[in-house]
Amino acid sequence: MREHQFPARYRQLKALALLAPMALLSACNREVLNPAGDIAAQQRDIIYISTALMLVIIVPVIALIITFAWRYRKGKGATYDPHFDHSTALELVIWSAPLLIIICLGALTWWSTHLLDPFRPVNRISAHKAVDPRVKPLVVQVVSLDWKWLFIYPEQGVATVNELVLPVDRPVRFDLTSTNMMNTFYAPTLAGMIYTMPGMRSTLHAVINRPGTFEGLSANYSGAGFSHMRFKLYGVSEGGFQGWVTRVKASGPALDTPRYLALEKPSERVPAMYFSAVDPGLFTRVLQRCVKPGTPCTTGMHGGHAAEKASGESLTPAPGAQGTAPHSHQEH
Amino acid sequence: MFDQTLARTIFGRLTWESFPLHEPILLVTFIVVAVLGLGLVGAVTKFRLWGWLWREWLTSVDHKKIGIMYMILGIIMLLRGFSDALMMRAQQAVAFGANEGYLPPHHYDQIFSAHGTIMIFFVAIPLIVGLVNYVMPLQIGARDVAFPFLNNLSFWLTVAGALLVMISLFVGEFSRGGWLNYVPVTNIENSPDTGPDYYLWALQIAGVGTTLSAINMVTTIIKMRAPGMGLMKMPIFTWTALCSNVLAIAIFPVLTGAFAMLMLDRYAGTNFFTNDLGGNPMMYWNLVWIWGHPEVYVLVLPVFGIYSEITSTFTGKRLFGYSSMVYATVVITILSYLVWLHHFFTMGSGASVNSFFGIATMVISIPTGAKIFNWLFTMYRGQIRFELPMMWVIAFMITFVVGGMTGVLLAVPPADFVLHNSLFLVAHFHNVIIGGVVFGLFAGMEYWFPKAFGFRLDPFWGKVTFWGWVIGYWVAWTPIYIVGLMGTTRRVNHFDDPSLQIWFVIAAIGAVIILIGILAFVIQIGVSIKNRDKLRDTTGDPWNGRTLEWSTSSPPPAYNFAFTPRIHDLDAWYDMKDRGAQRPTTGFIPIHMPRNTGAGVILSALAMVLGFAMIWYIWWLAAIAAVGLLGYGIFHTFNYHRDYHIPVEEVAEQEDARTRLLAAGA
Repeated sequence: MREHQFPARYRQLKALALLAPMALLSACNREVLNPAGDIAAQQRDIIYISTALMLVIIVPVIALIITFAWRYRKGKGATYDPHFDHSTALELVIWSAPLLIIICLGALTWWSTHLLDPFRPVNRISAHKAVDPRVKPLVVQVVSLDWKWLFIYPEQGVATVNELVLPVDRPVRFDLTSTNMMNTFYAPTLAGMIYTMPGMRSTLHAVINRPGTFEGLSANYSGAGFSHMRFKLYGVSEGGFQGWVTRVKASGPALDTPRYLALEKPSERVPAMYFSAVDPGLFTRVLQRCVKPGTPCTTGMHGGHAAEKASGESLTPAPGAQGTAPHSHQEH
Repeated sequence: MFDQTLARTIFGRLTWESFPLHEPILLVTFIVVAVLGLGLVGAVTKFRLWGWLWREWLTSVDHKKIGIMYMILGIIMLLRGFSDALMMRAQQAVAFGANEGYLPPHHYDQIFSAHGTIMIFFVAIPLIVGLVNYVMPLQIGARDVAFPFLNNLSFWLTVAGALLVMISLFVGEFSRGGWLNYVPVTNIENSPDTGPDYYLWALQIAGVGTTLSAINMVTTIIKMRAPGMGLMKMPIFTWTALCSNVLAIAIFPVLTGAFAMLMLDRYAGTNFFTNDLGGNPMMYWNLVWIWGHPEVYVLVLPVFGIYSEITSTFTGKRLFGYSSMVYATVVITILSYLVWLHHFFTMGSGASVNSFFGIATMVISIPTGAKIFNWLFTMYRGQIRFELPMMWVIAFMITFVVGGMTGVLLAVPPADFVLHNSLFLVAHFHNVIIGGVVFGLFAGMEYWFPKAFGFRLDPFWGKVTFWGWVIGYWVAWTPIYIVGLMGTTRRVNHFDDPSLQIWFVIAAIGAVIILIGILAFVIQIGVSIKNRDKLRDTTGDPWNGRTLEWSTSSPPPAYNFAFTPRIHDLDAWYDMKDRGAQRPTTGFIPIHMPRNTGAGVILSALAMVLGFAMIWYIWWLAAIAAVGLLGYGIFHTFNYHRDYHIPVEEVAEQEDARTRLLAAGA
């Protein structure tokens, strides 16, 4: 059962409007209607609201185009006034009607962009459920390799490739980076996409509200293996999650440096892999581009901000953050 | 060993393996192109046309001939770019589940990169520049552009770039980095092959041409308008051409700079955009989009001008809200420079930055909306003649507002987080490029063709072209919007979910319908040439036009206007007709004109050799070409035979012929 994150309702509307055969849609409609993640659901709502706002002006305009084109065609005998080329009142309407729509849409944009900012921790579990302040978000570190996804669970001490398991209704914070290519981490049912970039860390907060099996992928073209750079996303209960962690811990090898370096080599269509243990500093070393022994890390090359970086809170580079040492890297 | 070193010195990295003899599709394409090319060369030789071609066309500095040559280049490259589109549509229609399709990623990735590159740089730009080149000087009552030789050079540099892209089909490979040649995919570590180098050299050479052409057009509009034509009496197409070219001057250097840095990364080992050693790939994305977003407006603004001229002509009314149209154009020009970041909201710039760029993007829809309303109220109380150009306008308005709506939707960052990189986005920009730019170019070609050649285009095949494109567009892109909303992303060459297949099959059918439209256009030109006597226009003003280009004969004489017209009002030609102005038939004087030169062809050929040699690391050849380029450029500055006078007898003869033609027609 494929899960899409948004819009079936919108899709339906569109399909109806265009008289597309609805029967074809019914197969995956229900899943599309209901993304399993609250962030994706809110983003879908923004699409609905924005579209509705714009249709307020688009529909009359299309109607007017057709009406005028029909009514004033030559030979029809409608009023012909070759000198009607200016009207201040009309100009006022012409400019202010789109302006009003854009003011509404702009306000919606400002509000929703801040509310749904991927850096911002989720402020609710779902429309009917608040965040429990005692529950800490689950941290998942995501590394895009050529061409597969590595998921590290630092608190649980396990890692997987191309399989992401999340407990239902628990906020998740993803820290993301990349080894070589730029990809976008995209689980349509969960939340919108975010770029993974070498030497930089991006962040995404999200929550999954429903158990199930879903699809995830890279949405940014990254070379030969891109089309198959997909992963499975499982939403499971809290107990199920603990059980899964225990099972992973009991099986599979540990993800140490040599194994990581082997994994890092380009490969395609990689099946799910499980690692019972993981080097706790691995993500940071990937981010600072020094997994390979003997490679200098980018830490401490940004003036006095090393401590801030280490705490994992700084999201922007310091002004003039170019390193002074040779082999400096830029890190965002 | 020695042989190898010698071969490498002579041929760089060019070897027998560089020729794709083992690829049946490419081999057949090459044979077809070679046969057609040889046939063409043979025909020109047989009919002894080389001298005529060289003297009258290739070396011409006449803005009208250069405009026509730009159009021919654009149409030929459209056929190439559209073949790429058909191949992609076919691949996506079949590559489901166990079926991998017929294009492995290695080819598929080159095809989508080439498709975008060709369609923007070698189809849209030449067609726009061609129309501006042809029409604008006529509209402002000028005899040529400000720098006629530069105009010829700009054209041939564009041709040199297009040829390099075409050569990449048969010698080596094209880039696999998308139409903007994104790093890190195109870093030297990830793409050590020739692909990104072909891209960079082709676009650098063509880009110089485009920049020079923009400078030329802006100077022409500022300096060479007929007396009396103040800025607010300029035809609206000239206004949009001015804004478009000012914008091009502002942005193309950014692109050239970004490409130059990537070239340094690839050739000299610098680290501007590398992953390590302080490089930053994101900076490349910022720079190419600082060019890339305004580029959309470089293309679409002149097209808005075309729609305005046509609407006004075919409704028999002055354009509604001329001043607000001008202000809207200027506002769009400025705003388009401030929105580039909306191409990567999902890179994590933070909510305030994203909101700023999102709202700035939406604000553009206000002047654009005003334009739509202005066309609407031009139709209001008009007498609309539904000739082909006007049919394109109606199709454009309905198609484009949908594209505008999806565009504004994409500008809302939370919506973009789920629509970015999706097929919804791809459908959106094809909606505005096809529904806006392409429809407008066809409208413009239908509209101005009789001016350029003296006969109209065949209306039946024109209607087939029209319906092929309009129906084809909607059939091809509606399903892509839908699968985009279902979460399908772009540049994928294989799908797992079988429920999506039907949509891609419908899209492929749509592409075939568009193909019918394109073929009908080619047929239309052939049929029109065959029936030219029946389609002949002797008046020079077949549509009852309103602007100055319709006041001359069709085609206009080399000097455009025997006497520079004097302008008293907007829609100058309508004003003249209205007041019963008489065409002067005596008192002619010799006319000062620029002389043809082969320097543009030679310099561009040298630039192309330089590019090819650099792509293949043939250093000796590159050095020779570079020295040649510089040397010939300097040599050309000593050419003092740059102008001549058309004798008064010749002017009188041509004008008398027109007088007789007009009398016979009346």
